[in-house]
Amino acid sequence: MSGILVVLELQTTSAQRAQRISRISWEALAAGQKLAAGQSLTVTAAIIGADTESLAAEIAAKGIATVRVDHPLLAQYTPDGFTLALQQLIQSESPTQVVFPHTYQVRDYAPALAARLGQVLISDVVDIAPGPVFTRQLMQGRLNGNYRATGSGPCLISVQAGAFRAESTQSAAPPAEIKTFTPTIEAAQIRTKPGEPFRGSAQSVDLASAQLIVSVGRGIKEAESLPIVQDLATALGAELAASRPICDNGWLSMDRQVGSSGQTVSPKLYLAVGISGAIQHLVGMKGSQCIVAINKDPDAPIFEIADYGIVGDLFEVVPALTAAIKAAKQ
Amino acid sequence: MKIIVAIKQVPERDAQVRINPTGKWIEESGLQYALNESDAYALEEALQLKEKHGGEVIVVSAGPERVGQTIREALAKGADRAIHIDCDDLGNRDALGVARLLAAAVKPENPDLVLTGLQSEDLGLGQTGVIVAELLNLPHASLILHVEVLDADTKAQIKVKRELEEGWFQSIELPAPAVLTIQSGGNKLRYATLMGIKRAKTKEVRRVTAAELAVDSTAVVVLDQIVLPHKQKSTQMLKGSPKEAAAALAEKLKFEVRVL
Repeated sequence: MSGILVVLELQTTSAQRAQRISRISWEALAAGQKLAAGQSLTVTAAIIGADTESLAAEIAAKGIATVRVDHPLLAQYTPDGFTLALQQLIQSESPTQVVFPHTYQVRDYAPALAARLGQVLISDVVDIAPGPVFTRQLMQGRLNGNYRATGSGPCLISVQAGAFRAESTQSAAPPAEIKTFTPTIEAAQIRTKPGEPFRGSAQSVDLASAQLIVSVGRGIKEAESLPIVQDLATALGAELAASRPICDNGWLSMDRQVGSSGQTVSPKLYLAVGISGAIQHLVGMKGSQCIVAINKDPDAPIFEIADYGIVGDLFEVVPALTAAIKAAKQ
Repeated sequence: MKIIVAIKQVPERDAQVRINPTGKWIEESGLQYALNESDAYALEEALQLKEKHGGEVIVVSAGPERVGQTIREALAKGADRAIHIDCDDLGNRDALGVARLLAAAVKPENPDLVLTGLQSEDLGLGQTGVIVAELLNLPHASLILHVEVLDADTKAQIKVKRELEEGWFQSIELPAPAVLTIQSGGNKLRYATLMGIKRAKTKEVRRVTAAELAVDSTAVVVLDQIVLPHKQKSTQMLKGSPKEAAAALAEKLKFEVRVL
């Protein structure tokens, strides 16, 4: 096909266990379309599963050619099943580029798929420039790296959540063609046995509905120092949250964690204390209306998305801020 | 149980990183290095499995001379021996090239498990473990928080707890040997004891050069240029003493953000 293949990911909704196409998949499609426009190529969407007819129709209705990669052994995700299926599809269609959403699932199989094809996945792409040149973050978001594929054969990329606008996938075109691709997979080729997803510990803190959040990161250094941040949250009337390392250390409960593995929040105010802003954290809070960052490192990536920033020692700034807020409230 | 843990030495988290004159990598002189965080959790999981089931923990790491220090730290924490893949051109190899080195070093050991961290803090590719599994033709699971050996005698079947997005998890059963990439937070990390540090000095570190492993080093993906990220928002930086900056911020929160 020498076009661009975009692999969409299905998400199981809790209601009726129905499947739908995840938001980041539409973003991957937008990235595929951006890539296609620069090279005059066509875009085909692929969905993988065991019963994908109605979802395929939903995509095709947007004027996007769709291929259903359909097999009973693909009903539940396994890295072996998905790798085999996509390897066969890619070898049969010979796309120039293959675009994935950068999800936990894609991270689980796309690197192996690329290796099987003698390629390397360019993962977590945030921008695409003519060439094509793919930008991804390095050093925890402090630097950007511009990558290029130099090999022959398909180039595989995965795109970061929120990096491409899903809105641009709207199309007024008439429904496009739907093809079905049936890969050859035998049960014995699937080596892992996945169980049903389950929730972690009961969520007792609902950060998603909090209007004001004070969030603390690694900069706090030790659990004994947490009260100064708690005092700030109390003065503000805010909920206390944290980045992953704080919860990993057991200093705060897991249900206070904001980021890709925790909760996604978009409060009126997000005040980040001692959080450098690794992408895993940013994806969970960058939709906040106002972001304030207090950090000792002027180059911390958190300042790239902050509305207000203070570069300084949090152990001095935070108590001063608590006092100033108390005074301002009087 | 024979467990290999692939670890990476990365610039220390707080290190000030600058782009070097070639524009293709960071300035390495003066940088402090540390063990990649999720690799530390992979090592911890391996040490705990060994404590439960016996066996041996071997660390493997690729990189120049300085990597030896991080290897010693892993030995001090309790790993039994190490393989240092001596390699000065790690930056010129892509993820497949690095995984080929690791796979070539791991293969002759015939381990029961290969563990590694989820992703590195410098490049953040998050691919090495999964590619190593593919190259060794072993089953794998990623983002793992906990490993359970189902059959203590044969150790041929394991059950792992995998993290999914937004607070969900999943159990997966798979046959060993297998490759697992470990997410941070599953265990509490141990510190090296003084005795451990002393013992580490006598433990075996086998050096093998990249050339001796004779793997294909042709990159199919290259890092052309490193640049500073452009700001997504115009940030108002509040300056002055901590007290002055705090007062200025309180003012903004009251009159502009209107949350006080």
